[in-house]
Amino acid sequence: MKRPAAIVLGCSAGGPEALRAVLGGLDPRLPQAVLVCCHTGSETVDLLCELLARASRLPLIEAAEREPVRGGVVQVAPAGYHLLVERDLHFTLSADARVNLSRPSIDVLFASAAAAWRDALVGVVLSGANADGAEGMHELRRLGGCAIVQSPDSALARAMPQAAIDRAGADHCVPLDAIAPLLNQLCLP
Amino acid sequence: MSRAPDDIELEGIELDLFVEAMRRRHGYDFGQYAPASLLRRVRQLAKRHGDGDGAISTLIHRVLHEPELLPQLLEGLSVPASDMFRDPSVFRALREQVLPQLATHPQITIWQAGCARGEEVYSLAILLEEAGLYERSQIFATDLSELMLEQAREGIYPLRAAQQWSRNYVAAGGSHSLADYCSARYGLLKLDRRLRRNVTFAQHNLVADEVFCEAQLVLCRNVLIYFSNPLQQRCLARFRDSLVRGGFLCLGLRERPGSSGAAADFTPVDANLRIYRRAAAAGPGP
Repeated sequence: MKRPAAIVLGCSAGGPEALRAVLGGLDPRLPQAVLVCCHTGSETVDLLCELLARASRLPLIEAAEREPVRGGVVQVAPAGYHLLVERDLHFTLSADARVNLSRPSIDVLFASAAAAWRDALVGVVLSGANADGAEGMHELRRLGGCAIVQSPDSALARAMPQAAIDRAGADHCVPLDAIAPLLNQLCLP
Repeated sequence: MSRAPDDIELEGIELDLFVEAMRRRHGYDFGQYAPASLLRRVRQLAKRHGDGDGAISTLIHRVLHEPELLPQLLEGLSVPASDMFRDPSVFRALREQVLPQLATHPQITIWQAGCARGEEVYSLAILLEEAGLYERSQIFATDLSELMLEQAREGIYPLRAAQQWSRNYVAAGGSHSLADYCSARYGLLKLDRRLRRNVTFAQHNLVADEVFCEAQLVLCRNVLIYFSNPLQQRCLARFRDSLVRGGFLCLGLRERPGSSGAAADFTPVDANLRIYRRAAAAGPGP
């Protein structure tokens, strides 16, 4: 596998805690774009972004439509829309039906990111209470991307990582505290 | 060719051919839609209407040879369903900031572009009713898809949505109860037909069709997100030309109209809620 150009992270229940751990451990020199899809019941991700920004060592923003994907920046999917990556590496939003009862859906983000970056993509599925992300991870691996799954035993909610492993398998299945060091190792030049 | 295209590239070719088939066979041009979300919709259509493995190429044959499939294709490519009073803060702002301005006009014309199944049209009608303005209002509700419009005309929705919609209505500043405007039966929620009395549902294609009314308010929420930048700007220009000076435009909560081109002819009323006004001194004069 070549050095990744981007990292996509997906989670739901227990996700914010897991994201804080991962983002807090990422090396601030990482040149990759980091895209986050976290299910939330809220109308906006303002609070989530605030919470994550305090933990993250990389700058963190809400992803916006028509904007280019930015390297070295964490970009969070807005609430109420699917976030997609175009082949020209700009963001598109969609208000299409929920997928796995979720909008934003991890499957939608991962599948579009996989088509855009193919084998230059790392996907990470963290704690969560449903099976969203499993199809996306399957597509990501099919196109040569690298799949990291939080070990279900280390997850607050194990359904999501377990579903990803069952559907897609994983290149790395590791406890939460090992994910950031692994990403740094895979991604730093 | 030095190298065979992989299946992602092949699917890209199939999508291009589908777009070409729709344009040349039926006169609908989806070439200016954002590719990532268009691909998702076309994949879903191919799964439903294509053969066997659901490849887009198997759908193209039917696009060309089965014109009776067109309504279902347009439905699948059209704006998805919304909710009543979706984003209640927006409808509250319409109620509190926009309607009092509209009230100064003897006749009120509103265009909702991309009305889908009509949830937001009826939300608007309720707002106007409660403001005492509905008798002198005319709402044009347009969509690309005739099938969507048929459902919008009926005003019948699954009852399971009702609870959320009632909460939205209250959060949007509703002074009654949503139940006053509908009846529930057989697991369905049916809106009072009287809400339709000043609504005209009509097919309109934002890609190709011209300005058809002079409006005080244009609502077009979560439609332009599916369009490329040039098509987005063309639509904004069309909205501008449809609006009287000082007329209002309401877009979806995460839309970014930009600040150049036609977007420069609008000034924000509430930028967070994506409510704008056509600037008094901009745009082509009468």
